[in-house]
Amino acid sequence: MACIEARGLYKSYGSTVALDGIDLHVDEGRILGLIGPNGAGKTTALHAILGLVPFRGELEVLGRDPRTERDQLVRDVAFIADVAVLPRWIRVWQAIDYVAGVHPRFDRAKAEAFLSKTTIKRSSKVRELSKGMVTQLHLALVMAMDAKLLVLDEPTLGLDILYRKQFYDSLLEDYFDRSRTIVVTTHQVEELQDVLTDLMFIHRGRIVLECGMEDFESRYVLVKVHPDRLAEARALAPIHERQALGRSILLFDGVERRRLAELGDLRTPSIADLFVAVLGKAPGPEDGVAP
Amino acid sequence: MNPRPDTRQPRESKAAAENRPLYWSVRRELWENRFVTIAPLVVTAFVLLGSMIALIGLAGRVRSLPAGDPEKLQALAEPFRMAPAPIMLACLLVGAFYCLDALYGERRDRSILFWKSLPVSDVTTVLAKASIPLVVLPLIALLLSVATQVTMLLAATAGLLLSGVSPAPVWSELRFFQGLVIMLYGLTVHALWFSPIYGWLLLVSAWARRAPFLWAVLPLLSAAAVEWISVNTSYFASLLGYRLGGAMREAFVLEPGSGVDGDFSRLSQLDPLRFVSSPGLWTGLLFAAVFLAAAVWLRRRREPI
Repeated sequence: MACIEARGLYKSYGSTVALDGIDLHVDEGRILGLIGPNGAGKTTALHAILGLVPFRGELEVLGRDPRTERDQLVRDVAFIADVAVLPRWIRVWQAIDYVAGVHPRFDRAKAEAFLSKTTIKRSSKVRELSKGMVTQLHLALVMAMDAKLLVLDEPTLGLDILYRKQFYDSLLEDYFDRSRTIVVTTHQVEELQDVLTDLMFIHRGRIVLECGMEDFESRYVLVKVHPDRLAEARALAPIHERQALGRSILLFDGVERRRLAELGDLRTPSIADLFVAVLGKAPGPEDGVAP
Repeated sequence: MNPRPDTRQPRESKAAAENRPLYWSVRRELWENRFVTIAPLVVTAFVLLGSMIALIGLAGRVRSLPAGDPEKLQALAEPFRMAPAPIMLACLLVGAFYCLDALYGERRDRSILFWKSLPVSDVTTVLAKASIPLVVLPLIALLLSVATQVTMLLAATAGLLLSGVSPAPVWSELRFFQGLVIMLYGLTVHALWFSPIYGWLLLVSAWARRAPFLWAVLPLLSAAAVEWISVNTSYFASLLGYRLGGAMREAFVLEPGSGVDGDFSRLSQLDPLRFVSSPGLWTGLLFAAVFLAAAVWLRRRREPI
């Protein structure tokens, strides 16, 4: 069953186009990474899915239209915007009490159990916690909600690599099961490779790449080409070429591995390699639109 | 990872069945805006301080009372009757400032993204916020006023008894329960009468991208100024003045010669029938409803600043 089904999502802020006709199909039980440079339209896309901004186009989330059925929809959707949105004045126990008081399917014991594995004190205010702790708190609240769709918008922004790794580990171990769906945006792609089931690059309001992680390895190959085979390799239409230590490194999409093995050393690219290849061609990543 | 000393037994999560979004929304407003309770408390403390000073020498004044002089007797009870006024005024001001920030602050600090991720509708949120000036603050004002009067009365009685003077004249003049009814009536009347003002402030707070106070006040002043300069009338200004001060005129029988700040100490001065039949009340409530509906609509669509 489709969890998110979108056609022609369009949103502009004044004269800047944030979403330029996006089609999206996310099945239940997937973990989709929506990846793009700052200002590519990731956040706008998520906010449309959550019914937080008005937009044009067709959109169904869990069978509901977020524009008109937002109040019912939020019962089944959990959401972490970046770390800065937990109110700074709230105390940890107040946050738990409040969510338990308003959310119909919040498992308080689960949140408490998760928090007890951290050093977060119940009487602390959010403003007294470190960025990493705030994220842990937010994650504890969100994981204790029995939601069908979890939306994470740059959840690990500003965290060091240890916290980021820990964040995704907790998510996979303690939360994800095949009946839930997760959509995550980030521009820190390193630690996501083993987490995602689907990958989507978004740039300037458009989706520029879509790929299931099952196909990732068979589709994309990095080749460190022997200097004398370069012309031959270039003829196979690589999607990207760069120089490193005097060798040319070419990235191919959908070219037979057997054929490429003759031309040089093969390696499976990381998401970051692909990101640079696909978006590096496009003009300046920073001159995009408002998030 | 240290074991935390304050680990409580997780409470049984029976919350699933009984969510009370409105109740919890009001509680979180009080958590966030602690000045809603603290500011009236501070004012109350000052009122008590002043009234304790006024009690000095009370025994002498009671002793020297010429029998059967009602005006002197009334003057004796004056501090008791005046005590609630600054407390109630403080609550009105707190309500106004609370409203100006209520829907603006959550957009400015982006916490609106957290609140909106939870199943609490915009209607519930705006109603919870509106209930602070319309229900919570009047209740606080009433509680603190009564507590102040009781404290003053007990202190006066104790002081008089210690100096060997009968407290009877003070008690007979105070008419405590009448005062309670008048306060309750006055607070209800003002909450209803001022509801469009609070609604307007909430609306501006949901709309403004910065400086909500200026947006709340300047358009009204400008409208009055334009009218005054262009056609040399002041209907709009008098309309505003009526909204600010009209509750007293519509809800109380004013003694001839006494102004709005006159003495309200007798039940016969209450005129609820005239109040509920005054068009000013109903147009005000209509405006309040429109403003609140617009605030709900804006909260639905506005994004963090």
